Amino acid sequence: MRTWAKRIPLALGLVAVMAGCGGPHAVVLNPAGPVGRVELNLMDLAAITMGIVILFVMVLFTIAVVRFRDKKGNRAPYTPNVEGHKVLEVLWFIIPALILTVIAVPTVQETYALAKVPAKHPLVIDVTSLDWKWLFEYPGQKVATVNHLVIPAGQPVLFKLTSDAPMNTFWIPQLGGMEYAMPGRVLPLWLESYKPGVYWGHSGQFSGREFEKMFFSVKAVTPTAFNAWAASLRKTAPAMTVADYHRLLQFTTVGYQSYSSYPAFTFPSVTHGFTLKGGMYLLMHNNPAHD
Amino acid sequence: MPALPSFVPYLIHTLFPPWVRRPTEIGAEIMMTAGGAFIVYWLLKNKKLQWLWNEWLTTVDHKKIGIMYLVAAIIMLGRGGLDALMLRTNLAMPTLHFINASEYNEVFTTHGTIMVFFMAMPLIFALFNVVVPLQIGSRDVAFPRLNAISFWLFAFAAALFNLSFVVGGSPNAGWTAYPPLTELAFNHTVGENYYFVSLLMTGIGTTITGINFLVTILRMRAPGMTFMKMPLFTWATLNTSVLILFAFPPLTIALLESLLDRVAGTTFFGLAHGGMPMMYVNLFWLFGHPEVYILVLPAFGVFSEVVATFSRKKLFGYPSMVLSMTAIMVLAYGTWVHHFFTMGAGPAVNVFFGLSTMLIAIPTGVKVFNWILTMWGGRLQFTTPMLYFLAMIPTFVIGGATGVMLGAVPADYQFHNSYFLVAHFHEVLIGGTVFGLLAGVYYWWPKMFGYKLNDHQGKWAFWLFAGGFWPTFIPQYWLGLEGMTRRMYTYPFGMGWHTLNVISTIGGFIMGAGFLVLVSNVLRSRLHREVDATGDPWDGRTLEWSIPSPAPEYNFAVIPTVDERDWWWEEKQRRQSGEKPAGPKPEDIRPIAIPKNTPVPILLGAAFFLGAFGLVFTWWPVALTGLAGVFGVLIYSWFQYDHYRILSAGEIRETEELLGRLGA
Repeated sequence: MRTWAKRIPLALGLVAVMAGCGGPHAVVLNPAGPVGRVELNLMDLAAITMGIVILFVMVLFTIAVVRFRDKKGNRAPYTPNVEGHKVLEVLWFIIPALILTVIAVPTVQETYALAKVPAKHPLVIDVTSLDWKWLFEYPGQKVATVNHLVIPAGQPVLFKLTSDAPMNTFWIPQLGGMEYAMPGRVLPLWLESYKPGVYWGHSGQFSGREFEKMFFSVKAVTPTAFNAWAASLRKTAPAMTVADYHRLLQFTTVGYQSYSSYPAFTFPSVTHGFTLKGGMYLLMHNNPAHD
Repeated sequence: MPALPSFVPYLIHTLFPPWVRRPTEIGAEIMMTAGGAFIVYWLLKNKKLQWLWNEWLTTVDHKKIGIMYLVAAIIMLGRGGLDALMLRTNLAMPTLHFINASEYNEVFTTHGTIMVFFMAMPLIFALFNVVVPLQIGSRDVAFPRLNAISFWLFAFAAALFNLSFVVGGSPNAGWTAYPPLTELAFNHTVGENYYFVSLLMTGIGTTITGINFLVTILRMRAPGMTFMKMPLFTWATLNTSVLILFAFPPLTIALLESLLDRVAGTTFFGLAHGGMPMMYVNLFWLFGHPEVYILVLPAFGVFSEVVATFSRKKLFGYPSMVLSMTAIMVLAYGTWVHHFFTMGAGPAVNVFFGLSTMLIAIPTGVKVFNWILTMWGGRLQFTTPMLYFLAMIPTFVIGGATGVMLGAVPADYQFHNSYFLVAHFHEVLIGGTVFGLLAGVYYWWPKMFGYKLNDHQGKWAFWLFAGGFWPTFIPQYWLGLEGMTRRMYTYPFGMGWHTLNVISTIGGFIMGAGFLVLVSNVLRSRLHREVDATGDPWDGRTLEWSIPSPAPEYNFAVIPTVDERDWWWEEKQRRQSGEKPAGPKPEDIRPIAIPKNTPVPILLGAAFFLGAFGLVFTWWPVALTGLAGVFGVLIYSWFQYDHYRILSAGEIRETEELLGRLGA
């Protein structure tokens, strides 16, 4: 079985798998952008480090189980009154601490590094999760889409995430990790695609009956093609009316949609305390659509 | 046909709305009614009602309460497991609709909630109740009546929660119940009310249990048992009790505020007037993370007892075991944000909680090393409890390692809410908690019932359960890396998720078979029991093995003076060498005060149940009647002055004589 052959790394253990022998479906292991790449590197580092620990423990464990069975004629030493070993017990604390430092240091570095968008004026896309669909608004291009995203390749894109429905998370596994889309908050997440390509995204936070349908498609195109796409949308697509937006708020699933413009109120405009570093507990006005 | 009174159609529509009129619900209703009728018939036919009331329903004996917890937990394990198999069946193939989306959402919610609150917690309390007083040389817990109240609050809460399946509809927002999904605007059925009300109810019981065991251990240890001579299961109980004490209040607040949002029109977490869902998430995990350690510390305690007994050797590194367990207890309060790194708290907060998460892995690692070194130089006996311990090591080490990976913040952005996470927490919760509690059940079964569970069948159950575990959950790590997120009721073709889901489903059914063998093991061991007259079938090391099995109601005829960590192990050698008499001397036996049975706990539970049911449907008269009932029972209990009866020294001497326990 062909697919089975691809799973063989599984049998070799998580370590080998994480080290990069991933199949084509393992989207997390095939990052197509710098954010996903950084995250994968950290995963690999953690997996290898932890793999060494697992290996050590398992060897020790196997020896203990095989050697000290309660069988007649077992000549291994029997020391029922040994209570401990001071040096070893202290080492149990110190060695794991040192091993964990190997993971901890890059974790701190990368957490801070990824919190900054590496561009002065990134392309901004306002993302609103709805029941059960995604609304993408391009404030720079003044266009909007539903359930499909078009981004320019080779440059960072800043997603501002909010929700006009229960919480969701915005996740394009091949480009990088997820972030929550919450009502009453706007959270920043930046991602980038190295090259033009097609990816899929989904929500990671359960949001009700048709949560499974929260898939969306992502198309990365060259910057020129991106501008052409936005321009053609402005010419050919219909404008989103208030009524359209209210239709989107209903508990439905829809296919792809495109709009040449959208009402301004549909995305929170006042962003007290909003910083690109992911400011703490951002304060936002409520969406007037609910009033 | 005369017209029905108008409340009849209203009642039918409210209690049995269309969404609980599906074949599964109707089947469950028929089974529950038939099962209930059969039990009542059996009790009446054998004239057992009086016996049931006197021996069990009104008891305050910690050993019997423990057994009732155990029975309830095993039934709930069956229900939660059935839920899991329904989920796994639906995921076996892409776009499969074995159950529909709404039903799937209810089932994963009840699966998680039941497994955490109505299976693992009572199983833990079963062991606490049965073991701790015996292990510290005490006659009962500090507050026996409160202990029974805890049990009945739990039992009625579990009944209420399970009732939701057939009456009114189950909760469907996940066991974490994040708002605003639980708010009326998005969730208008009574399901979430069931969730909040029943968890509030069982939460009261749990908090009381925490206080009870904290006081019991601090105040009621046998003379000579200093802290550093306490058995490790008792240490685990102590730490767990402290965790319960401080972890449950935030949960109570979160649940109460969510409930008020639904039934009283407040907006703590709703959208309308500046409510803040993230506050709920903080409160929930402020409880939720300590809860993880509430679930796993007792299992650590069991493993520490089991590995020493079946390696026939002292536990390696007792002081570092105690230190690491206490360190885990303290650190457990400082890691909750790692459940939502992706909620935009900023890099400083995330880094803090990422590092604290890695930190907590250190004491956990210490325990694993000490367990392995306990086996080193021992003589290992592969009994069923020991097999569960041995299966735990690789499972828990891998589960712990993936936990550290989840703690690496940027990596967590990819793992969050994916099947990688699902695999991780099932691996630590089943590999740690469930294996540990099952080991404890097999280990202390003879102490509870006076006979061992059949080892041969026990091993069959073990191999199926632990063997099915790996194919179930290891593929889920990979599914996470393939981008599958949790709680999807189905998935489209072409994602590449099919094969691994099939493997996982097959594994799930093997585990289900293991559970069935376990139940048959329990039943068959009872039918063909070989009575253990020694009270010490495993050649144990701690106090509970020094008394007969099952323990007499007063536990210890004479409370021993403890001078060693493994007191019973040393005492056995002293008795063999003739240094000490083989049992308590008749002249040392004094009269003992035994707490009397009381109907207050079960009545209190019933009153709570009535009130809670009214609250679920916001039928205020019913809710207030329940509340009045609660006060009524409490007032009634104030006028019960005589809580104890005295067992005379003669009666105790007779019992001990019969058990062949008296020393010369």
